[in-house]
Amino acid sequence: MSRQTEGQQFASALGMGNASPEGPRGDSPVLPPPAGPLYEAKPKPGSARAAEGETLEVAVGPHHPSTHGVFRMDVVLDGERIISLKPRFGYLHRNHEKLCEGGTYLMAIPYTDRLDYFCSLTNNWAYVLAVEKLAGVEAPERAEYLRVITAELTRLLNHSCLVGFLLQDMGAMGTPLMYAFREREKLVDLFEELTGARMMCNYMRFGGCRTDASAGWLERTRRVVDDFPRFLDEFEDLLTSNEILLARTQGVGKLSAELAINAGVTGPMLRASGVAYDIRKAAPYGIYERFAFRVPVGEHGDVYDRYMIRMLEMRESVRILKQALKEIPEGPVLNPKARRRNFRPPVGEAYGRLEAPKGELGFYLISDGSPRPYRFRIRAPSFINLTILEDMCLGHTLQDAVIILGSVDIVMGEVDR
Amino acid sequence: MVEEGLRNELSRQNIFLTSIQELYNWGRRNSLWPLNFGLACCAIEMIAASMARFDIARFGAEVFRPSPRQADLMIVAGTVTKKMAPMVVRLYNQMPEPKYVIAMGACAISGGPFKRGYNVLKGIDRYIPVDVYIPGCPPRPEALLHGLITLQRKIAGERLTGPERPRHLRELEPSEYPIPAYGPYDLDPPKNTELWHPKPFVRDA
Repeated sequence: MSRQTEGQQFASALGMGNASPEGPRGDSPVLPPPAGPLYEAKPKPGSARAAEGETLEVAVGPHHPSTHGVFRMDVVLDGERIISLKPRFGYLHRNHEKLCEGGTYLMAIPYTDRLDYFCSLTNNWAYVLAVEKLAGVEAPERAEYLRVITAELTRLLNHSCLVGFLLQDMGAMGTPLMYAFREREKLVDLFEELTGARMMCNYMRFGGCRTDASAGWLERTRRVVDDFPRFLDEFEDLLTSNEILLARTQGVGKLSAELAINAGVTGPMLRASGVAYDIRKAAPYGIYERFAFRVPVGEHGDVYDRYMIRMLEMRESVRILKQALKEIPEGPVLNPKARRRNFRPPVGEAYGRLEAPKGELGFYLISDGSPRPYRFRIRAPSFINLTILEDMCLGHTLQDAVIILGSVDIVMGEVDR
Repeated sequence: MVEEGLRNELSRQNIFLTSIQELYNWGRRNSLWPLNFGLACCAIEMIAASMARFDIARFGAEVFRPSPRQADLMIVAGTVTKKMAPMVVRLYNQMPEPKYVIAMGACAISGGPFKRGYNVLKGIDRYIPVDVYIPGCPPRPEALLHGLITLQRKIAGERLTGPERPRHLRELEPSEYPIPAYGPYDLDPPKNTELWHPKPFVRDA
């Protein structure tokens, strides 16, 4: 290639004129147009005309602005209706379980943060619950209160962001998500003050919590919690009776209670289908039996009910938070008898579960008496809630499938693990 | 070049002097359009950076484009697994020149906490050239903004001519990089040796 003069380089940089040594821009070889369409269209067997009854295979994802992370749906469309939908995942498989088996029990706690990266505190708690069951350790009273407070704050954070993302999927670009993230910033500020990190809190330990909350932190939390219903009212004014939201969500993505139970769906998804099952009531862990709260239940099991359940759950969470912040006692936050370093639980197995914002989050641990877990298994709610995606989407249009996926509330870190 | 004092004096007389290079870099660095592309945890902080509190729009980079054809900044926000790496490289190849890459978070830089895993790519710079690295797990939105400003400074210092031209102005430099395939054991090739030159680790005697 010949050397270019500076002027030619300049012209080339500005995209003007014939600086290329191969010839002027117009002479560059023009690629022939592709021979056929870039999608795959197959005629239905037995259809009369060639164009009639054609089906179209579309791969939605893994890079798609609405798939909530790197998730792919292989969709077969007849016209605009979905006749088959296969979820494909594994694009964010990060070997959580194997990595946790390779380290000590304490070393697994930061990995649990990164499972469902919206709700690191409930993930911590579920894991710590399993280890405490395995080793027979108990947490002090104040730590139990702090766990409830942080877990319910996490629920507020998760549900408000979820509603924002759901509306984003519906085409309401910006406003609801901005409102939700405004509230999220208030909550992550509290987490940052308490734990030192905005998202990856790494806060709970076997037999308590890592740091104590100051009186000032509790006061600021009270203020945020007292203000939260105002945000909920504002959000509901904007959304709950919004005509577009009603048209897009009512009757879309119906899930029957029977199918939901058979598929093992848990959390707000199950309650929206009319099954009153909440682990905080059904098998209370921590100190949840001390608090008065209700479990909202839906009627139809459609996207609107799933949206509404989350709104109502946030109000119940505010109720729990107010009680917990009033009753929180003084005292230590770590059980001095609980060992964290050189920790060897006795041989045995344990399953710790709790009501995470997305459903039943469980950790199943087998100990062989060594400092490392022999088996570390995560029951991820969003993975199991995703298995019935096809049943909910069949017969709907592709744009409805996007909001049905949004209403399932998945986080790929947890689905792929 | 006009000296600074004369230029200031002229600007007081409503005469503005500039060079095409400065104008060109000024325009480009203040309207970076990032690709709307989240991989994992860091994507949440990237979204937080684009929301009202941190407001990435102050730096002209709020127009998140869903299509790589319209974007000129790729923020690799999160863990790149070996299943996802070919898609990341393909998205990079589809972006028009000039294009820049920010590796956001420990995972995109080196694999981060998941480096020991069998399915995690140990740094996206093995396949595509990275301009700015932002450490953190995840980096705070302020750190992302700092990374963006660092990239803007880098663009401001680019020369349009001469031997110090950036990659996209050199005819012999590729604008597309080979896409790795998902082989039986590992990605094939496991790294782009023409691109990836880690500094040898020298232990003190």
